[in-house]
Amino acid sequence: MENRPLEYDYTVAKMFMLTTVLLGIVGMLVGVILAWEMAFPAVNTIAGSGLAEYTNFSRLRPLHTDAVIFGFTFSGIWATWYYVGQRVLKVSMAESKFLMFLGKLHFGLYLLVVVSVVVSLLLGITTSKEYAEFEWPIDIAVVVVWVIWGMSIFGLIGIRREKSLYISIWYYIATFLGIAMLYLFNNMEIPTYFASGGIGAWYHSVSMYSGTNDALVQWWYGHNAVAFGFTVPIVAMIYYFLPKESGQAVYSYKLSLLAFWGLMFVYLWAGGHHLLFSTVPDWMQTMGSVFSVVLILPSWGSAINMLLTMKGEWQQVAASPLIKFMILASTFYMFSTLEGPIQAIKSVNALAHFTDWIVGHVHDGVLGWVAFMIMAALFHMAPRVFKREIYSKSLMNTQFWIQTLGVVLYFTSMWIAGITQGMMWRAHDEFGNLAYSFIDTVAVLHPYFTIRAVGGTLYLLGMFLFAYNMYKTMTSGRRVEESELQSASPMGA
Amino acid sequence: MDISTFQAYAYFFFTAFMVVVLYSYIYHLYSSQWKGKRDYEKYGDLALHDEIDDHPIEKISENDEKK
Ligand code: HEM
Repeated sequence: MENRPLEYDYTVAKMFMLTTVLLGIVGMLVGVILAWEMAFPAVNTIAGSGLAEYTNFSRLRPLHTDAVIFGFTFSGIWATWYYVGQRVLKVSMAESKFLMFLGKLHFGLYLLVVVSVVVSLLLGITTSKEYAEFEWPIDIAVVVVWVIWGMSIFGLIGIRREKSLYISIWYYIATFLGIAMLYLFNNMEIPTYFASGGIGAWYHSVSMYSGTNDALVQWWYGHNAVAFGFTVPIVAMIYYFLPKESGQAVYSYKLSLLAFWGLMFVYLWAGGHHLLFSTVPDWMQTMGSVFSVVLILPSWGSAINMLLTMKGEWQQVAASPLIKFMILASTFYMFSTLEGPIQAIKSVNALAHFTDWIVGHVHDGVLGWVAFMIMAALFHMAPRVFKREIYSKSLMNTQFWIQTLGVVLYFTSMWIAGITQGMMWRAHDEFGNLAYSFIDTVAVLHPYFTIRAVGGTLYLLGMFLFAYNMYKTMTSGRRVEESELQSASPMGA
Repeated sequence: MDISTFQAYAYFFFTAFMVVVLYSYIYHLYSSQWKGKRDYEKYGDLALHDEIDDHPIEKISENDEKK
């Protein structure tokens, strides 16, 4: 036996880092195409009318959402899990052949799922449930991937040296359990071919729920996909990476525990806010509104905890682009967790629902908070997994400002578009006749759609800078010693 | 009592119960610290001292003797 000192093994983390970057670019590229299609409908047929089936808005939209959620975000979650998990539990994956095997299997099967999702969505095969578009064979594969991830979480916890589980681990476990429950229940479906004795295509299915029940289960899932995909695991990341990068322990560990339980309890009841003024029972709508407002508390609990972690160390924000990414992320987290509850108030929702304001809200959250935090995490991990300095600090700064500008253009244009739209839809004359037809709103919104497309394009440009910086870090960054990796990440000019 | 009245009561009392649980948890977190039973803040170091050869904040093998 060779006698090398024990080290953390980042093989699986690196694999997921790769898919985070790649699927991030793919997903956001599709987003940018969608944005230009909305501004200039001719883009729908840009590849000719023969291919219009594959390039039109409705075919590409689920591809965008699923690529950025299940591709980019989940790859990021797993890349950081296979990094943070080992470190805070003080156990290396190299210590268990079985866990290593599970990790690689997790990645391999995940790739398979990604390919089948891309192909089936492009072919237009879908269950038509938002963020749950995959047909039953893919759903089964997703469940297998998920179970494997669960085994590797609890396997690693099982062989840990550190007795107490750091707060990030709690959040990763919650992600695992939350999505497991949501995904299973929302995707209960019956393969029509087998149930009907051979009618239709073998891969089609219908939901086990119908009507209002279907809507309720769908939005219980949909909103909690935001909770357990866009919030909980991203909070897991910031609780580890911000303290580590800044060298400051989290401001209040007690507050982090409290915010954890608060979030877990409150989030699950808020999904009803997607169904205000619909056919679900009134008390459920009220509950959705009330819990959405209460949700500000645990959300801000975590976010303020992060900002206070920087107490006395604010010069780091100016000095380090990596800290900038994370501080902007937690600021956008506060911002969108204030905006969401406002939109969930019934009278506001009456105006905002179905408008672009919702899309604006989604994207100040995902671009400002989720994607910024994931990229910051990858930047922090890169020197440690590749043992090289981050290739270029100035490129990081450039990326930061380009993308920040992109996010701001995105959400401000959607605010104006959304509120204009809402006001025009409800405007009427003294006899109650609607003042505008739908196409009137479309004409008015054109400039804002164009601004959004420009903002999105800037953000995508930033993604390319990110990918280039990561690639150069991996291949030609200066080699660094273990001693340089204690807290602030080493960066080249 | 019809079902919706029952739901309303159940909802109210459940919420009230959860609020009590939450505040008791806050009390528990702080009181453990005053009484010197457990200082939760030390777990913040888990992120900072996370090298594989760093000393664990609490070793797994330590059996749970009351501190
Ligand atoms: C370059 C960046 C991006 C651009 C240009 C972009 C653009 C778009 C567009 C045009 C839509 C359709 C809006 C509509 O139907 O009216 C959309 C929807 C959506 N996008 Fe993005 N997107 C970007 C990045 C992201 C990222 C990073 C995420 C998540 C991590 C994300 C999550 C979503 C979600 C969840 C929806 C559905 C919103 C809803 O149904 O209300 N997007 N995006």
